[in-house]
Amino acid sequence: MEFQFQFDWQAAIDSIPFLLKGIPYTLLISFGGLLIGFVLGIIFGLLSINKKWFLRWPATAYIEIFRGTPILVQVLFIFYGLPDLIGSPINPLTAGIAAIALNSGAYISEVVRGGVQSIDKGQTEAGLSLGLSRTQTFWSIIWPQAFRRMIPPLGNQAIVSIKDTSLFSVIGVGELVRQGQIYIANTFTAFEVYFVVAILYLAITLSLSLILRLVERRGLASV
Amino acid sequence: MTHIVEMKGMNKYFGKLHVLKNIDLTVEQGEVVVIIGASGSGKSTLIRCVNGLEEFESGKLVVDGQALAPKGGNQKALTEIRKEVGMVFQQFNLFPHLTVKKNVMLGPMKVKNASQVVANATAERLLNRVGIGNQADKYPSHLSGGQQQRVAIARALAMEPRLMLFDEPTSALDPEMIGEVLDVMRELAKEGMTMMVVTHEMGFAREVADRVIYIHEGQIVEQGKPDDVFDNPQNERTQAFLSRVLAH
Repeated sequence: MEFQFQFDWQAAIDSIPFLLKGIPYTLLISFGGLLIGFVLGIIFGLLSINKKWFLRWPATAYIEIFRGTPILVQVLFIFYGLPDLIGSPINPLTAGIAAIALNSGAYISEVVRGGVQSIDKGQTEAGLSLGLSRTQTFWSIIWPQAFRRMIPPLGNQAIVSIKDTSLFSVIGVGELVRQGQIYIANTFTAFEVYFVVAILYLAITLSLSLILRLVERRGLASV
Repeated sequence: MTHIVEMKGMNKYFGKLHVLKNIDLTVEQGEVVVIIGASGSGKSTLIRCVNGLEEFESGKLVVDGQALAPKGGNQKALTEIRKEVGMVFQQFNLFPHLTVKKNVMLGPMKVKNASQVVANATAERLLNRVGIGNQADKYPSHLSGGQQQRVAIARALAMEPRLMLFDEPTSALDPEMIGEVLDVMRELAKEGMTMMVVTHEMGFAREVADRVIYIHEGQIVEQGKPDDVFDNPQNERTQAFLSRVLAH
């Protein structure tokens, strides 16, 4: 028996409207999670370089735990494990956002730490010498410079997190991959559908890369 | 005359290294004190103690009537001192994310709550004074080293300091730019600014200093009027140092 595979363009095109329904979830989980992750990253990143050990240690523990365990395990733990502890179920969307937030927060903490530590200590000395307080020196001199250096690694983290949301099909969030799985279960057109799914991820990440490149160029123009 | 800086029996360690040994030094209002010595002798550390960028371990340090405590104690005095003491660094340390003018405006606006209008006027006046008025809206990286250092001087002056510290202000400059920075400092001295200057520019020291201090291995070995120190050094270490630096 001869077997010949033919890419079915019509099947691919037909799947698009159904797959597109997953995009809002993918974007909501990614950017919702990243936004919270950014806040967590600033807080724990700055705590991790604090001189006081009782602030530094917990921050470092958080960073190491969430960088050192797979995000799939984290989301399964949040979705299936945590309800046992708190006594009520967690909806999959919340669990997904929480997982991205906690996971990206750990990586962003390291980005923040690296960015802040990369600024020459002469900048702090110049600020303090002018009579600025440590807080003023940090927020008006160190942070603006550090943030500029953080943009490329932050963009990188955003792209990683967007792709990580694909794992959340396992907890049944109707994001892109989950939509694909449902569609394939009815049509058996796995090749075409996953091809379209991949293209849609690429469209999101490439747009983001493009935006970041523009932001970076504008940010660096002044320095 | 009144003391603006008074050090008595001041000691400073970096770990086990005894960097400043029993320093006694007073600086009078309006005086220009130039501190010379070999690299690693402790001369930069000495002036960095004055505005608390370095802590000291024991002894007494009073700046502008505010007593600093050893090991970084008395943060309140430190805050007050830093408002009154300007500092110029070897590496300029301008803020690269701010324009030249914003660099000069930052101190008055953040520390003295000066309005935008007032800070702007001050910045323009000072930038003109150091000859950078036409570069006010550029970023520091677009300026030459000499220009950057002059901006750094203007930035410190914007706080209307009672004392200016200069930590090797020309050591990072190309030779042809040293003159323009020394000119600004010379003007400042002429106008009566109290200055403590760490430098390797012996010509400047001889011409501008009221007093030259020679530091060797953390100790003040010799001090006096520039002509006395340069032409007739009493201590053999000073003699050796000067013969090395003045030979070429």
